Amino acid sequence: MMDKPWNNRAWLFVVPVLVVVLFSSLIPMMTVVNYSVQDTMGQNNFFWNGVAWFQGLLDPTSDIGGRFASALVRNLIFSIVILCLELPLGIAVALCIPKQGWKVGASLVLIALPLLIPWTVVGTIWQIFARQDIGLLGAALNAIGIHYNDTQDPTSAWATIVIMDVWHWTGMIALLSYAGLKAIPDAFYQAARIDGASRWSVFRNIELPKLQKVLVIAVLLRFMESFMIYTEPSVVTGGGPGEATSFLSLDLVKIALGQVDLGNAAAMSIVYYLITLTICYVFFTIMTQLDQRKGV
Amino acid sequence: MASITLDHIAHAYPGAPGAAPHYALKPINHVWQNGRAYALLGPSGCGKTTLLNIISGLVIPSEGRLLFDTADVTRLPTEKRNIAQVFQFPVIYDTMTVAENLAFPLKNRGMEKGAIKRRVDEIAELLDLKPVLGRRARGLTADAKQKISLGRGLVRSDVSAVLFDEPLTVIDPALKWELRSKLKSVHQALDLLMIYVTHDQVEALTFADEVVVMKDGAVLQIGTPAELFERPAHSFVGYFIGSPGMNFLPATVAGHEANVAGTVFDLGARYATPANAGKIEIGFRPDYATLHETGGIPVRVLKVEDLGRRRLARISVGGQEAIATLAHEADLSPGDTAGLIIEPGHLHLFVDDLRVEGERA
Repeated sequence: MMDKPWNNRAWLFVVPVLVVVLFSSLIPMMTVVNYSVQDTMGQNNFFWNGVAWFQGLLDPTSDIGGRFASALVRNLIFSIVILCLELPLGIAVALCIPKQGWKVGASLVLIALPLLIPWTVVGTIWQIFARQDIGLLGAALNAIGIHYNDTQDPTSAWATIVIMDVWHWTGMIALLSYAGLKAIPDAFYQAARIDGASRWSVFRNIELPKLQKVLVIAVLLRFMESFMIYTEPSVVTGGGPGEATSFLSLDLVKIALGQVDLGNAAAMSIVYYLITLTICYVFFTIMTQLDQRKGV
Repeated sequence: MASITLDHIAHAYPGAPGAAPHYALKPINHVWQNGRAYALLGPSGCGKTTLLNIISGLVIPSEGRLLFDTADVTRLPTEKRNIAQVFQFPVIYDTMTVAENLAFPLKNRGMEKGAIKRRVDEIAELLDLKPVLGRRARGLTADAKQKISLGRGLVRSDVSAVLFDEPLTVIDPALKWELRSKLKSVHQALDLLMIYVTHDQVEALTFADEVVVMKDGAVLQIGTPAELFERPAHSFVGYFIGSPGMNFLPATVAGHEANVAGTVFDLGARYATPANAGKIEIGFRPDYATLHETGGIPVRVLKVEDLGRRRLARISVGGQEAIATLAHEADLSPGDTAGLIIEPGHLHLFVDDLRVEGERA
């Protein structure tokens, strides 16, 4: 008997997944693709517009192109700034977590606390915290003579958003690093002592290399999340003052829902999506290569 | 290079205050000579790793002094002692090349560059690491990594002792033999004091000049492999060393003779009847007890195992079970009666687990 038994039961398992994917991603995405190649004069009449929306979007000299480019640059700067702050800070916090006793649990809970707060609540906390009249931070800073106004001064607004993000997410990097540090066998530390290595050398030659994989994941998670940040700045600054904190998502929502400029918004969504996808792919490649090098 | 003196060393991990100390390592008093190889042998939890950690400085003993030559190092931190240690799992610095790994301890001690290079080359030569010096250490096989960790210890010319903590655990069986003989040749070339922890008797017996057998935190016997085999000081040593281990049969003793439930063994020496002794046993190794079709002490064959090179029989003697070697010409099968002959001088008497010497006539 060479024939395989013919059995269609597998479809029972595959079809539900396909249906869910169809409705959750493919159809909405195709709608966006549809909008991105058409224009309308209203009354729900659409006509073919080719790649004109994309041309405009990717041409920095046009209105929409310039707006997109500056939002993109702003967002990239934001992501890089928070990574530069959160990564070293997270590792430092992880190194300071006690090694044993009840203090371990206590520190882990405290570190994880900001991660458990819903995004809008984080935004609200910091919005109130930053107010010049009743906010602890805003009022205190102004009282000691530092000019601080997150609704009018771009520097204040940026500082607030950045510090808020650091407060919100450093804990995640700390927890990931802590897990990575825990996985290092004691023998490595003992060997380093026998070899006469300094504390810095232990960090540089043992801890950091062993954390490498965990940190790549941490950078990926933090980069993607900050690249798509919406809720917190939307609550705290609403993208202002002016355009100062209008990151990609905020700008996209303004164009799509504020100005109902569907063609531009759809084109922007797709380009935004492709950028995100590319960066993800790069990180994925790095991670698999790290795995393979380890495996040799 | 130095000798190591264990001056009444003992260790108890802190327990409830006021309670009698529970020793992880019972008091031991011994001198380890420079240039010799010692093995600490015993089952898991016997205290051998505690003893090793005391020497390396990872554990400070609760009692006694540790001397390297004449210097008291009991409380000296690990990095101040001139020891090298090879761990159970290879410890290498992932991001460095093999050469950088070997140079690391010297660099940390501020040695001059040219001298480091010369010394690294020397050690690499000794360990056959020359061809891979420029390679990343992380890509190498487990046995090469173990050689690197060994090399990192040996690279310091002032090293007093090299400690091995079950270093062959993760090595392929085929490579084990090779690495072990490498260790031996390094030992001969460098004339160092080496201490090797293991629970594998073959490793201990082939590696060491002297073996320290431990159990439950106590040292039972220190001796050459031959001494442990021929004259075990403790019944545990007899049982633990050798495969299969020594046979023990409860007996009563009068003069030259031991009586195991009616079967009489000639001890070959006079023993004073031990006064108020608890447990009295005779012990003999299967290797020195041959089973013949006739003659000797009458026993019954229970089971015969053919190991290829030799045949072992499980026998019943005076109602007790024991193991003996079948003589070449003997054709015996389960149920047969046979004669057991024990080579003179290989029947021992143990009182309360300790071997006692008789007066040979």
